[in-house]
Amino acid sequence: MKAAPFDYVAPGSVAEALDTLAEAGGGATLLAGGQTLMPLLALRMSQPFIIVDINRIEGIRGIGHTADSTRIAAGTRQAVALADPQLGAAQPVFIRALGHVGHHQTRNRGTIGGSVSLGEPAAEMPAAAVALGAEIEIHSRDRGMRRVRAEDFYFGPYMTALEPDELVTAIHYPRWPADTLTVFREVAQRPGDFALVGLVGAVHVANGKVARAGLAWFGMGPTPIRARQAEAALLGTAAGSIDCRAIAELAVADTAPFDDSHATSHYRRSVGRRVFARTLDEALKTRQAA
Amino acid sequence: MSEHAIEVTVNGQRVGARVEARRTLGDFLRLDAGFTGTHLGCEHGVCGACTVIVDGLAVRSCLMLAVQADGAEVTTIEGLAAPDGTLNPVQQAMRDNHALQCGFCTPGVVCTMTAVMADGETTKDGLIAAMSGHICRCTGYQGIRRAIRQLTGNAGPAGEHA
Ligand code: FES
Ligand code: FES
Repeated sequence: MKAAPFDYVAPGSVAEALDTLAEAGGGATLLAGGQTLMPLLALRMSQPFIIVDINRIEGIRGIGHTADSTRIAAGTRQAVALADPQLGAAQPVFIRALGHVGHHQTRNRGTIGGSVSLGEPAAEMPAAAVALGAEIEIHSRDRGMRRVRAEDFYFGPYMTALEPDELVTAIHYPRWPADTLTVFREVAQRPGDFALVGLVGAVHVANGKVARAGLAWFGMGPTPIRARQAEAALLGTAAGSIDCRAIAELAVADTAPFDDSHATSHYRRSVGRRVFARTLDEALKTRQAA
Repeated sequence: MSEHAIEVTVNGQRVGARVEARRTLGDFLRLDAGFTGTHLGCEHGVCGACTVIVDGLAVRSCLMLAVQADGAEVTTIEGLAAPDGTLNPVQQAMRDNHALQCGFCTPGVVCTMTAVMADGETTKDGLIAAMSGHICRCTGYQGIRRAIRQLTGNAGPAGEHA
């Protein structure tokens, strides 16, 4: 199908984009990489009056590091981030998740900010942001800048804290210690498809005990879901005596999966339980091997 | 609905047009520029048939607006062979290995492989990973895998290269 007609503007700066959004009074839709929006337009599930294309704004691309966080500008292409060795070293969990986003051809256009801010519940980037404790940097013309914690950002499928006049300009990922363990697993019908069940997280062990844990599900409910009970149970536990199955049970208790044409909620829960236990166990073993 | 004057370099040739904002790059290539070698299958980003090379990168032309390609250099399947008709290495490998049947998916497959190899990817696994972005309803992919093995100098297990 073809998209319904719309107006199109391509501002050259963030200020200009914010002006357009403010004046459109909610009728505008932002076009970043377009790898989700373009299908929605083609299927006429989205019929905006005006498309604000932010691809011509040079100022919202790039990756910067400080001692304790990494700032990824929203317009940074997924393929560019994936190929950045410094980012790989600073944010291994993020990179692991990013490798599963879409396909080579869609990562060449798709952006980090787009993926994080759309709030597709089965997508990797929102869950990675929640698990790692990222903050989303948001600008609007009338209210300036604000930062929202990723875990407070998602309300439901494609429903987020972003107001119609706001633009996500960057995502800030805290740096975890260098020896943090990566926890990642995705079950999908084909590589690059949306997850039926997905798990992403980081676990840091210090002096033999879990000192920090951030774990989130994707594809297991209306939003990315932080496995809070599992995190709480892990904290302070000796790494050698973790009962991964019991933790998985707690993690699944926090989910709210639904039935769709690809899988039932029962399937998602039972696969999730096993995947969680096995993935956590494997992550802990990589530490013992190291 | 807005209209925009754009100029896109397609296979080395400058193409100017006035397009509606909603015109996709894929439709622009076929309907305005006349390069009908680009095939649109699903028109919503799932099949990969429409893949072309934009400023050196393989992208789905149904997921980009024509107006976004203003000023860009686009290479389609028509732009890959030499002027005398000599196939590029990817096209030749596809042909040698019976990697197409109906050929609907083929322009996209060839564009992806060409772009990925031009970007320095030389491994079989790297090329096969990039193929996850394509659906082929005919070949069962084995011919495409053989073409990839030929391109990457990896003969594969005995008996697999029929
Ligand atoms: S036509 Fe573009 S991906 Fe199918
Ligand atoms: S050759 Fe027919 S779809 Fe691939």
